[in-house]
Amino acid sequence: MKERYTAISRRQLLKLATGFGVSVGLHPLLQRSARATGVASPMLGELLPIDRYPNQIDLKVFQEQIKIGDRQSNAITVNGTVPGPVIRLKEGQIAKINVSNELDSETSIHWHGLILPATMDGVPGISFNGIKPKTTFSYEFPVNQNGTYWYHSHSGLQEQQGHFGALIIDSLQPEPFSYNRDYVVMLSDWTEEDPHQVLSNLKKVSTFYNYQQRTIAHFSEDADWARMRMDPTDIADVTGATYTYLMNGMAPANNWTALFKQGEKVRLRFINASAMTYFDVRIPGLKMTVVQADGQNVQPVSVDEFRIAVAETYDVIVEPEESKPYSIFAETMDRSGYARGTLSPQMGLVAAIPPLRTRPLRTMADMGMDHGSHGDHGGHGPKQQDKPIDHKSPQMDHGGHGMQAMPNANHAEHNMSEMNSSPAMDHSGHDMHNMDTAPAMDHSGHDMRQMDDGGADLGEAVPHGPDHHGVGNAGVPMMVKNRLHEPGIGLESTPDHKVLVYTDLRSLEPGSDGRSPDRELELHLTGNMERYMWSFDGKKYSESPILQFYYGERLRLTFVNDTMMEHPIHLHGMWMEIDNGAGAYKPRKHVLNVKPAEKCSVEVNVDVTGNWAFHCHLLYHMEAGMMRTVAIVERPMGEQS
Amino acid sequence: MKHYLLNKTLGAIACGLGLLPMAPAAAEHNPLPETAIAQHRHSADPEIPAGFTPLPGVEPEYHGDQTYGLLLFEQLEYRSQQGENSVNWEINGWRGGDYQRLWLKSEGEIGTETGDGEQETQILYSKLITSFWEFQTGLRYDYEWGEDSNKDRFLGVVGLQGLLPYKLETDAAIFISEAGDLSARLSLERQLLLTQKLILQPELEVNLAAQSVEEFGIGSGLNDITLSARLRYEVNRNFAPYVGLDWSRKFAGSADYSRAEGESVENWSIAGGVRLLF
Ligand SMILES: [Cu+2]
Repeated sequence: MKERYTAISRRQLLKLATGFGVSVGLHPLLQRSARATGVASPMLGELLPIDRYPNQIDLKVFQEQIKIGDRQSNAITVNGTVPGPVIRLKEGQIAKINVSNELDSETSIHWHGLILPATMDGVPGISFNGIKPKTTFSYEFPVNQNGTYWYHSHSGLQEQQGHFGALIIDSLQPEPFSYNRDYVVMLSDWTEEDPHQVLSNLKKVSTFYNYQQRTIAHFSEDADWARMRMDPTDIADVTGATYTYLMNGMAPANNWTALFKQGEKVRLRFINASAMTYFDVRIPGLKMTVVQADGQNVQPVSVDEFRIAVAETYDVIVEPEESKPYSIFAETMDRSGYARGTLSPQMGLVAAIPPLRTRPLRTMADMGMDHGSHGDHGGHGPKQQDKPIDHKSPQMDHGGHGMQAMPNANHAEHNMSEMNSSPAMDHSGHDMHNMDTAPAMDHSGHDMRQMDDGGADLGEAVPHGPDHHGVGNAGVPMMVKNRLHEPGIGLESTPDHKVLVYTDLRSLEPGSDGRSPDRELELHLTGNMERYMWSFDGKKYSESPILQFYYGERLRLTFVNDTMMEHPIHLHGMWMEIDNGAGAYKPRKHVLNVKPAEKCSVEVNVDVTGNWAFHCHLLYHMEAGMMRTVAIVERPMGEQS
Repeated sequence: MKHYLLNKTLGAIACGLGLLPMAPAAAEHNPLPETAIAQHRHSADPEIPAGFTPLPGVEPEYHGDQTYGLLLFEQLEYRSQQGENSVNWEINGWRGGDYQRLWLKSEGEIGTETGDGEQETQILYSKLITSFWEFQTGLRYDYEWGEDSNKDRFLGVVGLQGLLPYKLETDAAIFISEAGDLSARLSLERQLLLTQKLILQPELEVNLAAQSVEEFGIGSGLNDITLSARLRYEVNRNFAPYVGLDWSRKFAGSADYSRAEGESVENWSIAGGVRLLF
């Protein structure tokens, strides 16, 4: 598989390394003069087999002008580039990384997805006190995992300014898949605005960057949205109106290029290092085989497209059959722009760039006005895997069951004829008869101990509880349901085009821990878009900072998304095993995308000590308060395990 | 003195309603020693459960209660009407966090020929009481100037500002003047997107008074209704030139005062200006 590279000479390696995609430690840092030119080499991102891993890696954080796209911009760089250098580590080694802060303000580096001691996690105020200006902090931790990860600043809004890079850990054992070429594909969103200004703009006018709002042409259709004081075009808070979307630091026009030879297998390690942007990634003409999610091996799934939430990683393998260029196309979820590169047999070739699709609209399902599609998705847990999942299932289910009995029943008085005229609500294939007999409420308050292992109530709608979480939460969904089997907004109606869903993800190895959860902790993802407030359970980090996990427990964390936006929820220091019906093969993730009006669960082995960050990985949501410190404490006396 | 008392009274009412913080909530449910809770923290009263210990040497910092602000010149315009033309402004601004803000509202007009004019400025404490509504209370200062006379007055303000269903931006306030006169104002407006950048903003404003105040030309009952529309082109979110049309009519006693002054009770005007967002 990788043997062909043994012939590559040291000289050739050095030559490649003088480009952008330096593997730190193998080669000396670029000189400042080299950095100042800031022009990315097209070879950026190629990973070559290395035989020696450095004992120590030195990183320097600078604030400087670099060229992004065709403009000089003010950025925070790591060793002079955006993204920072690719860090290569070997599973089983001790990583020693010195980070020097050349900024005038505090900085930090968090090793995203790594399981390491709490003091090495790099979150100011939780793991340590940050790296003060003109000082160096030495990280040291054992490397006990492998796969594709990344690193980024956890200080203020520095991540938006370019302070991130890829972190690749080579496996000790041979990997369960083969490939001939290996590339990092790091996606990001870049703005020339000061990120504090961006957040300030959102606080003033939450639709500041939305130039795809509905006009009065849809006045009557949107009456229900207007009545609820919500906006169906609220897909992304920050958009292509200010962002340039980058692939390995290169704007679409600069066309980052990955080379291949006909017949080769190419591994592409997608990392979404965006502050705020979800991407839908496809390579027209090629199937992609997903082999890793968040650095963890999964049972291979062949897809045409996948959505990558902020801070997730997906490794795919592609086998271009023809010797021709293919576009690597990463369209933003709100369709306001794209990042793009080319997979090409030689430099300088380009393939057609697909047109941007029409931006999707939020549906009543996203508002929790969906009363569940029990008829379509009867059945629990592992059984679900055997059933084909109908992605064309209706977005809006007008079940005839007791709406009046539900909380917020006043929301149910919407005019069906208005709904029908909305193009986003697809009633095709919708079987009303099944719905009428479906027990709507039976599964609320179910006892999780009675559920079979990995029991996920896919598609099962349950009413939202009575707590509306106060003024910081604006739109409380009437019903919430598990949506792990749904591809997500804008990707629903894609016949003959397989889009990755969370229920496709099955760990390659069965989990080491067969225990059932001891305890369930339910957290609501809350927000008030009108005032750009984001929180958990209606409380911001400043109001309710601590979440307690008990040392040694297996915890079920249940998320209920009360908002009509997706939130990429990130837990530091511990894996989240998604309760997606895969039984013992639950995929381990560090980021879970929770869809609007969704209720879903993960299980966590609380086998670490210390304090850890837990937050929405949308940078401005986190900054606005959608964060907690997870404190690992002793199980209180009197509480049974 | 009267103003002070008025404000104090309003403050007491607000506290009674549980709208204003009386005193910082006590930290009695927080058994951690003071040293464990770093001063670094911004918030006055976060819920820290027992058993939480920061890592050795780590000073916790909990964000989410930063201060932001807005200054919006909703109208900055030249207005042409029967009688005298004028320069008009309407400014709204706030500074504060998510829950509590200090608001500034100012509007006024200056005649371009005579230099006569009037202005009204409100400084309000504002608290978010539901997801879409702010309770506001504070002081309003009116000032009218001209060749004949200069006059001013202070009023206490209690109001609600927020978003009604159908996205109607609403500002409803009750005013009590230093003389004890009671009046009220309701304004409703909505943004209608013709395109992403061409935005029509219709507005309705109604003024009411409980008793007449001759000095300011106010009769009791319904004073006036104003219907207006501004059509702006957002070059960007911060800068939008616009044109506008206003129609207003006075009623009952207010209309009588106008007639007595030789002014018309019904007015049309057209306007051009810029909307600026800072
Ligand atoms: Cu979020």
